[in-house]
Amino acid sequence: MNAKNKEHFADRAMAARAIKDSFIKLSPRTQMKNPVMFLVYVSSILTTALFVFALFGLRDENPGFILGITIILWLTVLFANFAEAIAEGRGKAQADSLRAARKDVAANKIPSPEEKEKITVVPSATLKKGDLVVVRAGEQIPADGDVIEGAASVDESAITGESAPVIRESGGDRSAVTGGTTVISDWLTIRVTSEEGESFLDKMIAMVEGADRKKTPNEIALQILLVALTIIFLLVTVSLYAYSLFSAGQAGIESPTSVTALVALLVCLAPTTIGALLSAIGIAGMSRLNQANVLAMSGRAIEAAGDVDILMLDKTGTITLGNRQACAFLPVDGASERELADAAQFASLADETPEGRSVVVLAKERFNIRQREMSDSDMEFVPFSAKTRMSGVNIGSVEIRKGAADTIREYVLKGGGKYSRECEEIVKKISNQGGTPLVVAKDLRVLGVIHLKDIIKQGIQEKFADLRRMGIKTIMITGDNPLTAAAIAAEAGVDDFLAEATPEGKLAMIRQFQSQGHLVAMTGDGTNDAPALAQADVAVAMNTGTQAAKEAGNMVDLDSSPTKLIEVVRIGKQLLMTRGSLTTFSIANDLAKYFAIIPALFIGLYPGLSALNIMGLQSPQSAIFSAIIYNALIIVALIPLALKGVRYREVSAGRLLSHNLLVYGLGGVIVPFAALKVIDVIITTLGIV
Amino acid sequence: MTQTVLQYVLYLAVLVALAVPLGTYMGKVMNGERVFLTRLLAPCENLVYRMMGVDRDEQMSWKKYAASAVMFSVICFIGLFLILMCQGVLPLNPEELPGLSWHLAFNTAASFVTNTNWQAYSGEVTLSYLSQMAGLTVQNFVSASVGIAVLFALIRGFIKVKDKGIGSFWVDLTKTVLYIMLPLCLILAVGLVSQGVPQNFSEYKEAALLEPITADDGTVVTEQAVPLGPAASQVAPKQAGTNGGGYYGVNSAHPMENPTPFSNLLEMISLLLIPAALCFTFGRNIKDKKQGIAIFLAMFLMLCAFLAVTAVNEQLGTPQLSQNGAVNIENTPEQSGGNMEGKESRFGIAASSTWAVFTTAASNGSVNSMHDSYTPLGGLATMLQMQLGEVVFGGVGCGLYGMIGFAILTVFIAGLMVGRTPEYLGKKIEPFEMRMATLVCLATPLGILVGSGIAALIPEVAASLNNPGAHGFSELLYAYSSAGGNNGSAFAGFNANTPFLNTSIGLVMLFVRFLPMIATLAIAGSMAQKKKVAVSAGTLPTHNALFVFLLIFVVLLIGALSFFPALALGPVAEFFQMIS
Repeated sequence: MNAKNKEHFADRAMAARAIKDSFIKLSPRTQMKNPVMFLVYVSSILTTALFVFALFGLRDENPGFILGITIILWLTVLFANFAEAIAEGRGKAQADSLRAARKDVAANKIPSPEEKEKITVVPSATLKKGDLVVVRAGEQIPADGDVIEGAASVDESAITGESAPVIRESGGDRSAVTGGTTVISDWLTIRVTSEEGESFLDKMIAMVEGADRKKTPNEIALQILLVALTIIFLLVTVSLYAYSLFSAGQAGIESPTSVTALVALLVCLAPTTIGALLSAIGIAGMSRLNQANVLAMSGRAIEAAGDVDILMLDKTGTITLGNRQACAFLPVDGASERELADAAQFASLADETPEGRSVVVLAKERFNIRQREMSDSDMEFVPFSAKTRMSGVNIGSVEIRKGAADTIREYVLKGGGKYSRECEEIVKKISNQGGTPLVVAKDLRVLGVIHLKDIIKQGIQEKFADLRRMGIKTIMITGDNPLTAAAIAAEAGVDDFLAEATPEGKLAMIRQFQSQGHLVAMTGDGTNDAPALAQADVAVAMNTGTQAAKEAGNMVDLDSSPTKLIEVVRIGKQLLMTRGSLTTFSIANDLAKYFAIIPALFIGLYPGLSALNIMGLQSPQSAIFSAIIYNALIIVALIPLALKGVRYREVSAGRLLSHNLLVYGLGGVIVPFAALKVIDVIITTLGIV
Repeated sequence: MTQTVLQYVLYLAVLVALAVPLGTYMGKVMNGERVFLTRLLAPCENLVYRMMGVDRDEQMSWKKYAASAVMFSVICFIGLFLILMCQGVLPLNPEELPGLSWHLAFNTAASFVTNTNWQAYSGEVTLSYLSQMAGLTVQNFVSASVGIAVLFALIRGFIKVKDKGIGSFWVDLTKTVLYIMLPLCLILAVGLVSQGVPQNFSEYKEAALLEPITADDGTVVTEQAVPLGPAASQVAPKQAGTNGGGYYGVNSAHPMENPTPFSNLLEMISLLLIPAALCFTFGRNIKDKKQGIAIFLAMFLMLCAFLAVTAVNEQLGTPQLSQNGAVNIENTPEQSGGNMEGKESRFGIAASSTWAVFTTAASNGSVNSMHDSYTPLGGLATMLQMQLGEVVFGGVGCGLYGMIGFAILTVFIAGLMVGRTPEYLGKKIEPFEMRMATLVCLATPLGILVGSGIAALIPEVAASLNNPGAHGFSELLYAYSSAGGNNGSAFAGFNANTPFLNTSIGLVMLFVRFLPMIATLAIAGSMAQKKKVAVSAGTLPTHNALFVFLLIFVVLLIGALSFFPALALGPVAEFFQMIS
């Protein structure tokens, strides 16, 4: 393969590094970890020895033939090493840049939050759990920790790659900071939560580099199958040696099979294609996840993602845009729509929330009511408070209020006003449609209702339909009341919803699904999400979330995007599919190899067997060479597929299977027949054999 | 010709028609549900439990279940071995036959305990009535029942959720013998006796030949010894329990073991009946009949394909037979035509080919024609069925649990291809199950390849062959395939009664019987402890046509990959020699 081809999945430097690594990986200790390739390794050593013996006259075959086989066997080993090395390459490059962020910095250690002046400057490596440090603008945060005092904007691009700074502040769900990130403005007091060597950054480096990559159960199970097949093929070739002696003895001729030819047959039959690419597939899956800016705490978690059949998704941000928008003014009790719009706009002037803005905008759009200067009259704004649960404005003696229906009702009735049945009905109707009603009152007279609507993200329905076809159920989690939730759920096309969700409710729901045999995935960020995250089979914690949430989850989403879960599932499935498809391909290949090698070996004994040489290969030697060359080249040819993963579509399991069987099963049977013929023609034309 | 085809269709139709109700019946027996025989047999059952001190509600762990099954087989083995060695001094021996050599006794005991019934001897000149009846017939019942019991345990493994126990081996064994084997064999034996199969303890009778025969050395033979004895009672379980060990040396080709076309039909159908019916038992008891039907169809389609290969090749005969009009191999109303060498003219091509394919499909091994004389490809089909691990219906119980092992492998590869960690019947397939499933599926290739590979290197083995060249190699390969599939049939030309062959074949039989059995129970135990995964559109369906074909493909692929070279040197080479 030429350099131009490699650039499709790696750059030149990476390739150079991978080639170097391919040779380093020749150490027996590394080879032993992969039983199938270890067999090829041992076979290479064996034929090398046979070649040396042949030079000294102890001939198994003619030395040129043995040398040829030996070279190709060693290339096969190197190609497998290269596949693994190139897969590791991307992770290694990422790890290098992360290591740059992990440099030792000076930390401003303080004895207590009250004594911020008593700073002792210590190296960050010496910090212990529970130590307090102060970090000021421009300084790097020395270790993972929780913010206990202050608020600051932090540049986390070193780990997330996202250049826009994020806010970190004490208390709440945004208190976690990561060592290696930089404070841009203001200052923070941080309680250190992890020590040198076990920080988030350390874990991240280990993960992307695959240093402590453990084989997943699924990988082990596949390896068992491959080893079992290899053992069978070992017995097939050894017994074939015996059969050959026996049959030749019966015919009174010398046995036609040499050890070298049988070793070549063994290596061809053993599932070397998948054996060589197996670890590359696993590493590449992890790497794809990293590219999606998700960090898995184990390879197991990615595979579990492929199995997930329930997704619990937060409504806000995933299903709907983060904010609601006013979409209609519905006047009641004889008030005009314009009157209502006017009052609503007044009440929302000081309201900086997206909802408040949208009221102002809607009034402008519908009645061209211009935005008024807030300072020009004697307006006194009443901000929203948890106690009154209303907001509004007093203009002179005129009192305008807007708020939730029950709050306004209470306020109006208390003041001696009227709350009509018509208003009640409109409020109910909006709720039923999944909207949020805001009632507006002017001087204790109810003018009407603003319809705030959740905006469903574009294309989300199709996404859920795709998921359903794959057999994945989506559950919407929302704090809304059941009526609103049901309406949004219906519009977005989710399968079910959990309304008025509490952390306990989520946990109970996960447990219930799991007891029915489902595998549940969820995302979460808050500390109170931690129990549910710990319970879920796949739990993606937001990087913006708390330390507790991050520890409870088995993946961290550095982008903190709630839709990431769908991406994670896709990567998990793709990983397993790649493994299965290449295994099928590898085993299906054996048929053609048999048709090449068996007639080649026994044509002298039973000339009739030449009928099995359906590819019409030129000579027994060229047949064996073609098979073994194909066997080596197919590894290289499939490296891009192993790294990118097989194409994944959102269809049912049955359709996915028939498609992949057709491509990799049938393709695996046909491709080698054609390829062997081509190689045979090339090597005989070039006069190599 | 149409008549011949109809004959094949009739055999298959009768088989399926009987298998379905029997499957339901056996399902009820497994669960201890009431059946029409309960009133009659429950007291016997209770008596057995009381006498043996069996707790009928015990739920054994898989290890205990496996230990019980193996222990039971070991005791059976020792008992049978002693009877065979000492038959000379034991009663019921009117012909005063001596005890067997140690290696023949070892081989025969291993053969009957493993439900193989490979016979390196000829029954009528080697074994006393006691050996036949108390030794072999008893094993015909219990070795078959052990296979069914293990299958029941496996089915329970799929049904149970987060549970440790998979039932009691002793209860399963007792129920199988009492409710399934005994009634079925009773009906069959009575049917056979009605057709003229002997059932007595009398001495061998002398009978005058209608037409005197002049032997090679010039002596004229006018009388013949007619061997008698308790034959029907042994032939019934021999067929129904996929045992296959003939009462007489030439098995059901002997006119007294299989006298009439009707007895032939009875024996041939009963040969596949329980293995076929167990597929329906499986579907019924896991409460998903479609799963059972899928497995049945996979087996049935393979059976039909192999039947077609053998039937067509035997019917076509060989160019050598028809050369210069030496033999008339035409199919006419008067004769079946084709390759009749080694076949009984009263059965013809259809009944012989069907039997040959059924018996090698079912790990039965009884024969009504000599497989050694089949055409190369006709013989290849019988050999390959054994090499596939006897999963085209296979032995009672063990055929189905072998096939479930293959289903697990299939689900594993297919499951990966749809992007999920694989599951079968709602249970996740993890490394432990994979390890065990590969043992179940690969024990047969392992046993055959190692056994025949070693045998090919032993110079004395060549002396046992009846033919030189490729056919001689086929004889050797067939012998180990028969042992490695726990089948027991033979390419008749092969003289197997030598110390090396007796011992090595005996060891192969024991290996391929008990390794998959223990591995199957391990799967059962592990499955029982797992939770059940919910079914969704993302679940790989295991009851549709695609899965059936995939399962067939995996079975054939593993067989082909393991035996392509061996078959190329045997039947395939012979085939090309034949047509060249």
